[in-house]
Amino acid sequence: MLAFTLRRAVQAIGVMFAVGIIAFSMFRFAGDPVNQIVSIDTSAAEREAVRKSLGLDDPVPVQFVRYFADAAQFKFGVSYQFRQPVSTLLMERMPATLELAICATVLAMVFGILMGVYSALRRDTVLAKLFQAVSLIGISLPTFLIGILLIYLFAVILGWLPSFGRGEVVKLGWWTTGLLTLSGLKALIMPSITLGLFQMTLIMRLVRAEMLEVLRTDYIRFARARGLTTRAIHFGHALKNTLIPVITVAGLQFGSVIAFSIITETVFQWPGMGLLFVQAVQNVDIPIMAAYLLMVSLIFVTINLVVDILYTVVDPRLRSTFGRAV
Amino acid sequence: MSVRQGLFAMTLASVLALVISPASSQTLRYANQGDLKSLDPYSLNESTTHAHLGHVYQGLTARDKDLKIIPALAESWETPEPTRWRFHLRKGVKFHNGDPFTADDVVFSADRVRNKNSNMQTRLAPNVKVVKVDDYTVDFILPSPNPILHSAWDVWYIMDKKWAEENKAVEPTPVSATSPSYASLHENGTGPFIIESHQPGVKTVFKANPNYWGKMEGNLKEIIFTPIASDATRVAALLSGEVDVIEPVPIQDISRVDSSSNAQVLKAPELRTIFIGFDQTRDELLYSNIKGKNPFKDVRVREAFYKAIDIELIKTRVMRGLSTPSALMIAPELFALSKDFTRPKLDPDGAKKLLTEAGYPDGFEVTMDCPNDRYVNDAAICQAVVGMLARIGVKINLLAQPKAQYFAKVLKQGGYQTSFYMLGWTPSTMDSHNVMYDIMGCRNDPKSSRGEANLGGYCNKEFDAITDKVLVETDTAKRNQLIKQAYEISIKDWAYIPLHQQALAWGVSKKVNLPQRADNLVMFHWATKQE
Repeated sequence: MLAFTLRRAVQAIGVMFAVGIIAFSMFRFAGDPVNQIVSIDTSAAEREAVRKSLGLDDPVPVQFVRYFADAAQFKFGVSYQFRQPVSTLLMERMPATLELAICATVLAMVFGILMGVYSALRRDTVLAKLFQAVSLIGISLPTFLIGILLIYLFAVILGWLPSFGRGEVVKLGWWTTGLLTLSGLKALIMPSITLGLFQMTLIMRLVRAEMLEVLRTDYIRFARARGLTTRAIHFGHALKNTLIPVITVAGLQFGSVIAFSIITETVFQWPGMGLLFVQAVQNVDIPIMAAYLLMVSLIFVTINLVVDILYTVVDPRLRSTFGRAV
Repeated sequence: MSVRQGLFAMTLASVLALVISPASSQTLRYANQGDLKSLDPYSLNESTTHAHLGHVYQGLTARDKDLKIIPALAESWETPEPTRWRFHLRKGVKFHNGDPFTADDVVFSADRVRNKNSNMQTRLAPNVKVVKVDDYTVDFILPSPNPILHSAWDVWYIMDKKWAEENKAVEPTPVSATSPSYASLHENGTGPFIIESHQPGVKTVFKANPNYWGKMEGNLKEIIFTPIASDATRVAALLSGEVDVIEPVPIQDISRVDSSSNAQVLKAPELRTIFIGFDQTRDELLYSNIKGKNPFKDVRVREAFYKAIDIELIKTRVMRGLSTPSALMIAPELFALSKDFTRPKLDPDGAKKLLTEAGYPDGFEVTMDCPNDRYVNDAAICQAVVGMLARIGVKINLLAQPKAQYFAKVLKQGGYQTSFYMLGWTPSTMDSHNVMYDIMGCRNDPKSSRGEANLGGYCNKEFDAITDKVLVETDTAKRNQLIKQAYEISIKDWAYIPLHQQALAWGVSKKVNLPQRADNLVMFHWATKQE
């Protein structure tokens, strides 16, 4: 087990390194950051000085080695736009993104499972068909459109919910949370729905399909034959067996929820890491772009690693395979 | 069924309970497309930043609602000799931390603004000597006369020497610094507002300064600024009443905002002039099918291009009426004699004839560089130009790119790699000399900064000679005549194709009364808000 974890960790470092190389070479084409730092009437001599002070004059391999040496020590440099360390900026923005991602995932799980179970058990009811229709919308409509539609309906026409921002936040140490104030909770509703709708749809369809599958298996028939109550069969046996793939997918999707929050955060001006990244791209703020990409790949790699390990915990059959393979 | 209905009712009730609480009186919520990145007034030479910081910091001079220069921290000034300016400072002014404002602060700010890390070095030439005469008098001694010395000083904000020294902020934060300086996260100005909290890129709260030396015209007690980059979200926030002012309103949403019951759009021509330029220096164009010669060196070709562009069509179709076609390279507001100039008439047939005379009866091919996220509808304007030039047989290959890539290619650092381009320019001094020197001056002297933003390299020695006279001429009437003479030369040369001034568009709640200044600085000390 330890050897397995170690091996996966080494692979993870390799993946991170590859992402770093790709990201770094992409920035060569992102434009000249100096133009974003200075105004248009700045003289060429001043521009040259800025360029030199940022180390943009050095050969590319030198810049690359310097970047990775710093990144390995969690030094991501200073943002060109904000003149603040990138790690500070990311830490400041992280609670917003994580809170949104967790809310969206919880929302997606709860409603996805409920709707999935319902539409599997009562396939022919009107409500089940409505759920199917909703899930089609969730899969086919792009996120930004859903966000704008929600804003138009609930903020502009009805005026119930705020159209942007996080509302009032409460500081708990370095963490900031919007969960403890009314305006914070209100501000969380639409972004969470927007971000979670796709996952909810996915989970609902997955639960429905799995549930239908499981209901046809022998042990359910046997349970019926034993005369167990419908409720016990559906929720005690069928649902429990449905959830294993659901948990896997939801776990893996959590990474993409964080990564895709870029769009949701832009639409709702949610002060998270995704918004920071989009602004960085517009302003060719390379330190932020690089750090963000590395961080997202770290999140993905970590989640994958955890899921791999959890598999062996959940399903003992896999444990022996890994044991032999190592 | 009843359980479900109950649940639904509960959900509905809880959603209804979350009705937005009304904004409190005299708190103004403001959303801008851009951020307030640093509070250091010398770290970014950009108008949105100047506007924000203009609430907390002040210059020796200020500009009123019509952009006229008025006294601010200096009560008055005079020029005893053409090369010596004497400023009499206002007494009894205190910085937000209580420090008194004196001549030492002006001398300190003059050094700091010219520091190598400052982004505002153009505000004061390095060879100007700044001398303290007494605590409330400062002399500026110039090597040669300069009638517009103070013209861009409304955004040269004066900082507190003692405060800067105590907090190790004597120099502006260098770009390569690894930690932000105290001054980029804190302010200590003399202005009508105090920054209560500042989270870069998220939210900034301004509170009225109870000890302000002047009388504030407006009635605001608090300004809450949030950047909202997404156009649709910004407009939605205004329409739903969550913010009171937004800048800018995208052109396509103007009628939507105007038709709403709680907000309107304030419109006015902006000072920036959008224009088209040609590469007139290379012997062969970089991006064209004509080899061995440069068609743009022929004045007839430039004239033909000018006359082929239907500026009224651009105004009505691309800009939806929100542009002011321009005959000059400077906004009419900034040059007293601009009424003497009119745009040559649209004449595609004449243009075609000119091209034939110049030896291009079938036209030619050239690439046009254009930004697509810098000016209002920039890429759409370029597309329209492509179509108009196609009518005289010129095939334009349009290369519209984001500003980051565009500027990297066409500016001096990119080697002026363009044959035909679109650009916008606002003279930071609000004066013609800046236009004549920076974008119309010859750029063949590598030691001089003249013409550095003259991407096409238009060059006329006679024009440059007048530019130099304009710099030192102190008589306003004579000076204006000289400027007029210069513009006439450049028009005869068909040096550039000025297009238009784009429009400012501010979305403002009907509860708010806010004067709109043509330089697009949103200033709230003039704003009033009723409940």
